[in-house]
Amino acid sequence: MSPDEHRPGAGANAPGTHMRPTDITDPQYFHKVVDCQWACPAHTPVPEYIRMIAQGRYTDAYMVNWESNVFPGILGRTCDRPCEPACRRVRVEDKPVAICRLKRVAADYRGDIEHLMPEIASPNGRRIACIGGGPASLTVARDLAPLGYHVVVYDRDAKGGGMMRSQIPAFRLPQSVLDEEVDRILDFGIETRFDTDVTSLQSVLDEGYDAVFVGTGAPRGRDLQIPGRDEVAENFHIGIDWLMSVAFGHTDTVGRRVIVLGGGNTAMDCCRTAMRLGGEDVKVIVRSPFEEMKASPWEIEDAQREDIEILNNHVPLEFVHENGRLVGVTFEKVRPVYDDTGRRRLVPTGEEPAFFPCDDVLCAIGQENHFPWIERDIGLEFDKWDMPVVDRVTFRSTHPRVFFGGDAAFGPENIIWAVAHGHQAAISIDRLCEGRDLSERLAPHVTLVSQKMGMHEWSYHNMISEDQRYLVPHADKALALGDIRMEVELGFDERLGFDEAMRCLNCDVQTVFETGRCIECDACVDVCPVDCINFINNAPEPELRQQIRVPALDESQDLYVSDDLPTGRVMVKDEDVCLHCGLCAERCPTAAWDMKKFLYHEAKAQNQRLGP
Amino acid sequence: MSFVSKPRFHHPRLPRNSLGLTRRDYEGAMSTLCAGCGHDSVSAAIVEACFELDLPAHRLAKLSGIGCSSKTPTYFLSKSHGFNSVHGRMASVATGANLANCDLTYVGVSGDGDTASIGLGQFAHAVRRQVDMLYVVENNGTYGLTKGQFSATNDRVSVGRKGQRNAFEAIDLAVMAIQLGASFVARGFSGDKDQLVPLIKAALTHKGFAFIDVISPCVTFNNHYGSTKSFEFVRDHEHSVLATDYVPYHETITASYAEGEVIDVTLHNQCRLRLRKLDSDYDPGDPVGAVRYIMDRQAQGEVVTGLLYLDTGDEDLRGKLEMTSRPLNSLDEDALRPSPEVLEAINVSLR
Ligand SMILES: Cc1cc2nc3c(=O)[nH]c(=O)nc-3n(C[C@H](O)[C@H](O)[C@H](O)COP(=O)(O)OP(=O)(O)OC[C@H]3O[C@@H](n4cnc5c(N)ncnc54)[C@H](O)[C@@H]3O)c2cc1C
Ligand SMILES: Cc1ncc(C[n+]2csc(CCOP(=O)(O)OP(=O)(O)O)c2C)c(N)n1
Ligand code: SF4
Ligand code: SF4
Ligand code: SF4
Ligand SMILES: [Mg+2]
Repeated sequence: MSPDEHRPGAGANAPGTHMRPTDITDPQYFHKVVDCQWACPAHTPVPEYIRMIAQGRYTDAYMVNWESNVFPGILGRTCDRPCEPACRRVRVEDKPVAICRLKRVAADYRGDIEHLMPEIASPNGRRIACIGGGPASLTVARDLAPLGYHVVVYDRDAKGGGMMRSQIPAFRLPQSVLDEEVDRILDFGIETRFDTDVTSLQSVLDEGYDAVFVGTGAPRGRDLQIPGRDEVAENFHIGIDWLMSVAFGHTDTVGRRVIVLGGGNTAMDCCRTAMRLGGEDVKVIVRSPFEEMKASPWEIEDAQREDIEILNNHVPLEFVHENGRLVGVTFEKVRPVYDDTGRRRLVPTGEEPAFFPCDDVLCAIGQENHFPWIERDIGLEFDKWDMPVVDRVTFRSTHPRVFFGGDAAFGPENIIWAVAHGHQAAISIDRLCEGRDLSERLAPHVTLVSQKMGMHEWSYHNMISEDQRYLVPHADKALALGDIRMEVELGFDERLGFDEAMRCLNCDVQTVFETGRCIECDACVDVCPVDCINFINNAPEPELRQQIRVPALDESQDLYVSDDLPTGRVMVKDEDVCLHCGLCAERCPTAAWDMKKFLYHEAKAQNQRLGP
Repeated sequence: MSFVSKPRFHHPRLPRNSLGLTRRDYEGAMSTLCAGCGHDSVSAAIVEACFELDLPAHRLAKLSGIGCSSKTPTYFLSKSHGFNSVHGRMASVATGANLANCDLTYVGVSGDGDTASIGLGQFAHAVRRQVDMLYVVENNGTYGLTKGQFSATNDRVSVGRKGQRNAFEAIDLAVMAIQLGASFVARGFSGDKDQLVPLIKAALTHKGFAFIDVISPCVTFNNHYGSTKSFEFVRDHEHSVLATDYVPYHETITASYAEGEVIDVTLHNQCRLRLRKLDSDYDPGDPVGAVRYIMDRQAQGEVVTGLLYLDTGDEDLRGKLEMTSRPLNSLDEDALRPSPEVLEAINVSLR
């Protein structure tokens, strides 16, 4: 389920009518208040593990992550971190909590976890094939193997990990971290068929599997057919193919002058890799304006820190060659023009084309799915873009026993989405094998527990840190550029990790209001540092949003509305910038407010096997 | 009492006044009063009023006596001058300070015990003298700080927390202030800031003695059933006679009201008060009628709130004493020392 499609808790607020009291029994209402967890595709209980880090409970913090996102050490370095732009701290001050880097702290400082691994049930006689050994398939295997399924993982590569191994460079993700987290799953008794190129889905189905999961990713890099392309084939490289060949040790040099085409994360990995293989003058050249580059801001920063120049608004025109050798690329200069609807076009500036000399070109302008090995006559439907038709909830294709997930399902995304898909597909496969309806899903497991310990004591730290986001220390640049295996980011040490963890606002410790206890004394209104709370006459939502103390302009943030109070007014709390400091509850004379920790765990395959 | 300090983070879209300050800039230290104490709401109303008036905090002095109420100046306007005096003696400190430096705005905060018992004499004479200040009584009918004895403002019918009878007649400080010649008298309720904030703004702007009796429930000792100073009782029995809108001088009045229902009053700084009569019988310019009205309603068990009496014509203490318009602390030797001729003339007149 995409979080944004869900408008929890509000009930049906018909236009023009007063707001209904918020239904806080809808688990999605408080879930949405935990901005990071809501934004995380796997709904990792972020504040819960951040508190554990602050308490030095690294192993516990690691396990909370491992349950949700399977690869804490890997993701703590590489996650696309959709949680961070969502973090409340962005709205309160400026920079989010360094959620991703804290995950790495848990992984770096944890103790032994072998004894915490799930017990593997005795074989249940079911056999599941996972095609592709990337994070999506590994998640399916992780969820199903402990339930007694016999899982077989196929990959054409020699080891598991998928693009986490073949694409993500070792200077961002050390091989030891990758091996450890991948092997942990393979050790659950997974049968591996590596070095095996699957060329026919039918033949896999013929082996009599109870279900087949396709997690083959989006393995094809986009080509660029402009004049000169074929003539310079020797020095023209598709980015992801080139990165794979570097990762597997087939390529270890590159020309002195390198042009990288494209503005996404693959381009950033290409240019940084080129700098480590002998490139001296490495340029990234993008069509779009700088602000529209697809790469994550931190990846762009990392590239720039390594003296890589990024040129924007240049559209490649031609590969220039002499005597069969690439000598450079010409570009048309463009500028962005926006029409009334805000759509952007790139319009030539009319200037002379720009020429940049180079020895190698790395082309990183996109990735595609490619399923030549899936027969089109076995009841598995493909749409007009030649993508399999896959259900967004169950992840089942139109073939009853074939499921898709990760980049193979809906096009290239990232690891955490692959994991989220894998969890859901595992649930579906388990339901299929148990003969249950796939579209019925188990509700999340939630608890809501008061944190009150004394008059004004809470079992969470409610003193708000005013520290700014801490930077992660980096390895010495000259050393890092000289060694392709040297990890650039060193990670927080325990002290920095603690200080950063204290920046978390504990958004899962919810302000819970009990209308019947309130005497409308205004104490909470007066004390709230961010003016969240109001006692006001009810009105339709758009009006209420305008009438409260500070108008609630961010409609993605909900209003928490109480039942009618004795004066006829209602309590309206704008969730937007609440600091979860608990002062409202501390200053409330009747305990109408309480601070309750809301733990939300997405249902996994294992929960439904234990359930009724 | 909260042990954490209030986070400095404020709402990113919190409005700023003409000084570039937010409401939060007018706050003080974290309150140590009981959670839910009405006094904290009065502090918040003072903060709001000063913010909206664009007052520079360092040009204001806050004074108080002893009591929970008298502790509150610590919890607002941390950048202002302050004097926490002894029990019942705030009025004389304010009088002295006001005479010495007329350039500051004076806000006195007191309690019903501090004012109506030990400080009654001081209070009476500050009113009579028309000291130019805002005098706020946070009236909860009890001695909160000393654990809940009846105060002199507790209504005779109002019983104690354990059902104790109150043997004595109550003093109505607002009525008393009208009788003693205050030029601005109002009654508010800590649970109604929509009414209280404009009253404080008007009182701060008024020249002369401005008195606001704010009913401010003590949640710990006097908020029970049977008390006439509880949130519930006041909400049920409040009778507001005059709604007060404070209109800054640069703004024009846009709302229109029925003829005769509105009184516009211009204050000393050219700002206006727009008074809307909620009871057509009420005339805030008639002290005798006002006192009669309040007592009538009181006899019926009602609590009259709003602006009760206003006289913008009377002089303040310094005017009455024909004092210089300059603060005394700014007068140098030349201004203070009479010339030999003047001295001689005085001496001659006394021989
Ligand atoms: C350069 C680059 C950098 C990236 N960096 C990040 C990052 O920092 N963070 C992040 O979150 N994501 C990153 N990604 C994206 C991320 O790697 C993928 O989204 C993710 O790995 C997808 O997982 P998956 O399980 O769907 O498939 P993949 O990881 O793509 O794994 C698919 C596997 O299937 C195998 N396979 C395919 N077809 C067959 C077949 N017919 N027979 C046998 N085996 C087959 C492939 O060999 C591959 O091992 C990056 C991608 C690229 C290209
Ligand atoms: C000279 C003197 N006498 C008595 C006291 C004890 N005392 C402290 S506060 C107080 C009464 C305060 O009542 P009130 O002014 O109503 O304040 P509240 O606490 O109710 O806000 C008394 C009698 C004292 N501090 N000093
Ligand atoms: S402050 Fe903490 S709990 Fe809140 S969104 Fe950010 S990381 Fe999550
Ligand atoms: S926890 Fe309460 S007091 Fe603190 S910011 Fe949120 S609503 Fe305001
Ligand atoms: S005792 Fe009463 S007056 Fe004093 S702080 Fe507590 S509630 Fe307020
Ligand atoms: Mg009192």
